Amino acid sequence: MTMHVDIPDETLAGILAKAFRNTAFVTGFVITLLILAMALISYIWTPYDVTKLVIADKTQGPSLAHLFGTDHFGRDILSMVMVGARNSIAVALVAVGIGVGVGVPLGAFAAARGGLVDEALMRVNDLVFAFPALLSAIMITAIFGPGAVNAIIAIGIFNIPVFARVARAGALAIWPREFILAARAAGKSSTQISIEHVLPNIATLLLVQGTIQFALGILAEAGLSYLGLGAQPPMPSWGRMLFDAQTRMVVAPWMAIFPGMAIVITVLGLNLLGDGIADILDPKSRRQR
Amino acid sequence: MTAYPLKRLVIAFATLVLASMVVFAVLEILPGDPARLMLGMNASADQVELLRTQMGLNAPLVLRYLHWAGGLLSLDFGRSYTYSVPVIDLVRERLAVSLPLALIALALSTIIAIPVGLYSASRRGRAGDTVAMGAAQLGVAVPNFWFALMLIYVFAVWLRLVPAGGFPGWGAGAWPALKSLLLPAVALALPQAAILARVTRSALIEVLNEDYIRTARAKGLPYRAVLWRHALRNAMIPVLTILGLQFAFLLAGTIIIENVFYLPGLGRLVFQAITQRDLIVVESVVMLLVAAVIAVNLLVDLSYAVVDPRLRTRS
Repeated sequence: MTMHVDIPDETLAGILAKAFRNTAFVTGFVITLLILAMALISYIWTPYDVTKLVIADKTQGPSLAHLFGTDHFGRDILSMVMVGARNSIAVALVAVGIGVGVGVPLGAFAAARGGLVDEALMRVNDLVFAFPALLSAIMITAIFGPGAVNAIIAIGIFNIPVFARVARAGALAIWPREFILAARAAGKSSTQISIEHVLPNIATLLLVQGTIQFALGILAEAGLSYLGLGAQPPMPSWGRMLFDAQTRMVVAPWMAIFPGMAIVITVLGLNLLGDGIADILDPKSRRQR
Repeated sequence: MTAYPLKRLVIAFATLVLASMVVFAVLEILPGDPARLMLGMNASADQVELLRTQMGLNAPLVLRYLHWAGGLLSLDFGRSYTYSVPVIDLVRERLAVSLPLALIALALSTIIAIPVGLYSASRRGRAGDTVAMGAAQLGVAVPNFWFALMLIYVFAVWLRLVPAGGFPGWGAGAWPALKSLLLPAVALALPQAAILARVTRSALIEVLNEDYIRTARAKGLPYRAVLWRHALRNAMIPVLTILGLQFAFLLAGTIIIENVFYLPGLGRLVFQAITQRDLIVVESVVMLLVAAVIAVNLLVDLSYAVVDPRLRTRS
C-alpha cells in the first residue's frame, strides 16, 4: 500500500468536488479539452483541405465561408489552425515525455543517493541552465536539420534538468518521513522505495510542472517554427503561419491574428489547468517559474 | 565570511569551462567543412587542404580547443568566415544594438512588474488583484514574437508612430535609434513582466504573513512603509532569482525578436551565422551569451547576501 501524504483522507469524489469548484481548473480543463478535440477532429474533418492551394481565394478576410479568412495561397486559416494544433501538441507532449522519462529517474536517484552523485547531477543541471534554451534549440535544429522530430529533441533536452530538479527537491522532502523509514526497516532497496513510495508522493508536483513545461513547449515550438526550424511545409504549424503572416500584415492581418490567438488560448488553458491542479491538491504550493 | 562567494565563483568558472567544452564539441560534429565553404565548390582538394592547415583545422582536437579557449580569454575570437572581419568587431557592433535592447526590456519589465506585484499582494483577493493577475496570466501565455507582430500592426502600420523594423544606427542620433528599439523592447518585456509580477505577488504574500510584519504594523508603522521597507526587501530573493533567469530568456528572446524587427543585433547575427555555417561566429557568440548568463546568475547569487544578511555567515 502506498501512502499519499499530500492528500490525507480525501476520497476521489472529494477531490473531484473540489476540482469543480475551482475556477482556474475548470476553465483550464475545458480549454485544454477543446484544443485537444480540435486537433483530433482535424484528422477526420476540416472545413477545407489544407494542402489544396486555391489562388483565386487568396488573402480573403474572415467571412462565413472562411471564418478566419484565407492565406496567401487561398488556404483556409481555420483549417490550418486546426491541423496546426496537432503539431504543437505532439511536439510539446513528447518533449515533456522526454523530460519526465529522463529527468525524474535522475532526480529521484540523486535524492536517494545524495553525496557526490547528487552534487554532480546538480552541477550538470547548472550547466544546462547556463545555455539559453531557445538559443540551444536553434543550434540543435540547425545542426541536425529543421523538422518536427528535431524540434522535439531540442525542446525535450531542456525539459530534463527541469524535471530532475523538481523530482529531486520533492524526493528530498519525502525521504525523511516515517513511512520511508518503515519501508527501509522492511528491507526494501532504495530503488524500490523511490518507485513505490517517493514517486507517488511527488506525482502532484510533477503533474503541475508537466503542464507548465507543456505550455512552454508550445511556445518554444511556435518560436522554432517561426524561424523556419520546426515542422516543414506543407504541414501547417502555428509558428510557421505567423512567419508567413509577417510580411502580409498590411493586407491580411487575420493571417497573424488567428494562429497567434490559438497559441495564446492553448498556453493559457494549460497554465490555468496547472494552477488549478496545484491549488486543488496542495493549496499551500505556490507556483513559481 | 568569504567562503560562500568563493565557492560560487569557483562553481561559476567551472560551469563556464564545461560549457565551452560542450560548445566546442557540439560544433565539431556540425556537418560542413568551413574551408570548403570559404573556397566554394570549384576549389580543388589541394586548395581546401592548404586552407584547412592555414586555419589550423588539421591540428589535434585538444590543441584546437586550447587555442580557441585561450583566444576567448584574450577576447581574440578569430575571424568570421562569411564576413571576413574579426569576430570581435562584429560582436562589438552588434552588441551596440542588443545590449541596449535587453537592458531597456529588463528595466521595463521590472518597472511594470514590481508595482503590479505590490499592488496585487496588498489587495489580495479583491477586484484589483483579480484583474491584475488575470492580465498577468494572459501575458505569460503570449508568445513575444506574436505580440511583436501585433505591436507592429497597431503602432507602425496603423498609427505610424514608430518604424516597423530596421535600425538606423546610433550615428543617426539617439532618438531615432531608441525609437526603433522601443517596440522590440516592449515585445520582449511584457511577457517577462507578467511572470515577474506573479512571482513578486506570491513572494510578498508569503512575507506579509510573517510575524515581524504584524509587529511592524503593531508598532504603528504605516502600511505603505511596512510594504516597501519590510515586506519588499524580504521578498527580494525569489524576485532576484527570477530576474536572473529572465536575463537568459531576454538574451534568447532577442534572437527571435531581432528577426521580427530586422534589427542588426547579436541574436540575428548568431541566427544567420548558424544557417551560414559560420562556426567561429556561432561559437563566440554562444560562449559570450553563456558567459553573460553565468555571470548574471553569479551576481544574483552574491546579491542574496546583500539582501539577506543571514546568508553572509553561511558557509
